[in-house]
Amino acid sequence: MQTTLKINGESWTLDVDPRTSLLDALRHHLDLTGTKKGCDHGQCGACTIILNGRRINSCLTLAVMHDGDEITTIEGLGEPGRLNPMQEAFVRHDGYQCGYCTPGQIMSATGMLDEVSQGWPSHVSASLEGDVPLSREEVAERMSGNLCRCSAYPGIVRAIRETAGEVSE
Amino acid sequence: MNKHLKMDAPQKRVLDETAQGTLGRPLDRPEGPLKVSGRAAYSAEYQLPNMATGVLVRATITHGRMTSLNDEAVRGMPGILGVFTGERFLRNPAQGGAGKAPVQGASEVAYLGQPVALVVAETFEQARHAAQQLRPTFAGEPADTHPEHAAQVDRPDKKQLDQGDVDGAMQAAAASVDVVYTTPPHSSAPMEPHASVAEWQGDRLILRGSYQMLKYNKKELADAIGVAPENVRILSPYVGGGFGSKLGIAPEAVSAALAARELGRPVRVVMSRQQVFEGTMRRSETRQRLRLAVDADGVLTALEHDARVSNLPGESFSEPVQQATHFLYRGENRRHENEIARVHRTCAGSVRAPGEAVGMLALEAAMDELAEAAGIDPIELRKRNIPDTHPENGIPYSARSLAECLDEGARRFGWGQRDLRPGQRREGEWLIGIGVAAAARPNILSDSRARVTLREDATALVETDMTDIGTGTYSVLSQLAAEMLGLPVESVEVRLGDTDLPPAAGSGGSWGASSSGSSVFLACRGIRETLARRIGCGAEALTLQDGVATGGNRRETLRDLLAEGSIEVEGHIEPGETAKEVSQASYGAHFVEVAVSAVTGEVRVRRMLGVFAAGRILNEKTARSQCHGGMIWGIGSALTEEIAHDPRDGHIVNRDLAEYHIPVNMDVPDLDVTFLEERDDHASPIQSKGIGELGISGAGAAVINAIYNACGVRVRDYPATPDKIIAQLAE
Repeated sequence: MQTTLKINGESWTLDVDPRTSLLDALRHHLDLTGTKKGCDHGQCGACTIILNGRRINSCLTLAVMHDGDEITTIEGLGEPGRLNPMQEAFVRHDGYQCGYCTPGQIMSATGMLDEVSQGWPSHVSASLEGDVPLSREEVAERMSGNLCRCSAYPGIVRAIRETAGEVSE
Repeated sequence: MNKHLKMDAPQKRVLDETAQGTLGRPLDRPEGPLKVSGRAAYSAEYQLPNMATGVLVRATITHGRMTSLNDEAVRGMPGILGVFTGERFLRNPAQGGAGKAPVQGASEVAYLGQPVALVVAETFEQARHAAQQLRPTFAGEPADTHPEHAAQVDRPDKKQLDQGDVDGAMQAAAASVDVVYTTPPHSSAPMEPHASVAEWQGDRLILRGSYQMLKYNKKELADAIGVAPENVRILSPYVGGGFGSKLGIAPEAVSAALAARELGRPVRVVMSRQQVFEGTMRRSETRQRLRLAVDADGVLTALEHDARVSNLPGESFSEPVQQATHFLYRGENRRHENEIARVHRTCAGSVRAPGEAVGMLALEAAMDELAEAAGIDPIELRKRNIPDTHPENGIPYSARSLAECLDEGARRFGWGQRDLRPGQRREGEWLIGIGVAAAARPNILSDSRARVTLREDATALVETDMTDIGTGTYSVLSQLAAEMLGLPVESVEVRLGDTDLPPAAGSGGSWGASSSGSSVFLACRGIRETLARRIGCGAEALTLQDGVATGGNRRETLRDLLAEGSIEVEGHIEPGETAKEVSQASYGAHFVEVAVSAVTGEVRVRRMLGVFAAGRILNEKTARSQCHGGMIWGIGSALTEEIAHDPRDGHIVNRDLAEYHIPVNMDVPDLDVTFLEERDDHASPIQSKGIGELGISGAGAAVINAIYNACGVRVRDYPATPDKIIAQLAE
């Protein structure tokens, strides 16, 4: 089936098997392998991308469902020499080890900060309304859909809070 | 030129004299920008021309024979290129360091989930669909699947110890404990599933695979497919986590290689997450009995630590439960009885800190129980029982900072505030408590080689088949070379993960940084000797800093000294007598504060501190991250991680990341890690020791001990899930 995806500002027309997940379309058909497959079941978050402004697990949706949709992948955020502030903060705080879950963590953090700026509460928010102070706990809760077996969580939380301007380190 | 050292004697602290000042600093990882931008390519991500995709198919019986592949219908499906099986398929991955193929043959089934066939198609979607449709037929045989009911239980002589009179010491004790702890099976669960891309170039196999110990993996793969090791090249520049599960060549690599040869095309095989759980290694469950006795002074007189673990029939590996117990504490009278139940479950092998990870869950919790029974502070009890010499073989210890770690941790954590009586501190529904445990992990040096080239432009190239599985190899090797050669760290390039490069120790057993680091150190020493000759001074008198060499009253830039040619040296470290003459280990202390809900039994870890001493720290940032990782694994093993085997057929019920609960971000507080300054001259010429597994050793026991202090519930059946706590809280 023909599908046109707008990825990182560029349009791609693909002819894919309708069974192809959006994740596999990125990895196998567009050579955008920065988006990772950790479980293929929406359990680990390694495949997180931004779809029409929202973070999603790209393994849980089919490519052909996204004709005309706007997608941002890790490759669209920055590259070595031109990293964005979140990517730089992950390097500085060692918010990764093996690096495999890292693109998903960074995409998820990007989408999460946007949710916070729109005032979305979480399970640990003190109130359902008003501004959300980005405490350590708030970040940890909102990032718990992204597993890291190396367990770089302390660095991940610091990198995100620093990027959001909550702490200066 | 070669520079070789066999570690037969303690070594001078050369790295305390060098001038660059880069070693040990918390520098960012050089490969970091590639990883955070998605540009670091992992094994499955090589898109080769004309590449086909394979999907593995599993056995659906526990034990028996595959009678027919039953593949006629599947072969006719769209895009299918072939269905492969056969006597070269691996039953399970090779054990770490095997260097030869594990048990082979897809027709004999030894556990439910064993990969028995590979379906290869033009696309992943076609291969996956056909693999799901393939229904091989099997003839089942009866099988033991539970370690407590297994008919065959091995008791190998070399795994038993009986020293003195444990029973007599128990009877004469001023205080004692006799307790049984159980730990469930664990899964490494690296985030990158096992993946291989196999490509034949003539007679030579190029395998891009996710592996930890390439020089062994090359031999294992060659043996498995029946070619000479020279005809196998493995590339693993980036590995998405290993934790033991990628130590040995695994079924996906061999099946990809066989299919690629048959089809004359590159073949990619990636295990599904479910296949990673059931087709790679698990850590065995354990049942451990601890009998500890102290005299009136709180000195251990008896230390018995027995274990029953399990594995497949014929597998030589068994979880070395007493690995830290051997040397950590006193106790003249000692006994270790080890039993290996033969069961038809997924193969058991090394998972991060084999031995300590579960052995210390039991030992360090039992020590907490003993402290209470004896009326001695848990830290004081441990300090009184630090042995003068190895309690089993009498050899002395090399650098050992256990007491210092306990004291420093106690000071930093506020141990003095702890109430000895459990259940004394409450905040609303939460009961608060703190706990301590020691950490210990033997240090191992392993044969390792690296080539270092100091090029005419005063940049250096480090080359070895060592891997970086997230451990920081790229960082520490570049810092070592920069330190030794007086270069900015940016001037050092490190190439790893290619079996065409000098063979290294590989990543396992916490030996990677010290072993491969020592080989780089030695190569750089050889380069320094040549530079000293060129400048006209003795090697001892040479100072190298920021690309400038000083020696014998001369000062020259490295570029000038290199005008007559680059310098290439291969360094080779070999373990020697110091491995036998002294007991070498890294040590530490864990401190944990938990809150236990009096309503639900839920446990939240609120604070956690690890104080560690592991010889010279090579990069403070990556070392800290290794410790974070270990401590968080400790939280997982204490509270959530548990493979569940179906009692009827032994299969892994919770074979995915939604059902096998590794710690998530919210399970982890901000961790505090402190390193104590230490040098271990017996360990290696760079005075460093292993750190990758130290952080998990004992960590979970500190959580369990904190739970007891919080609420008076002693969980001896790991993990401490809410049901186990609430059941005892209600009493």
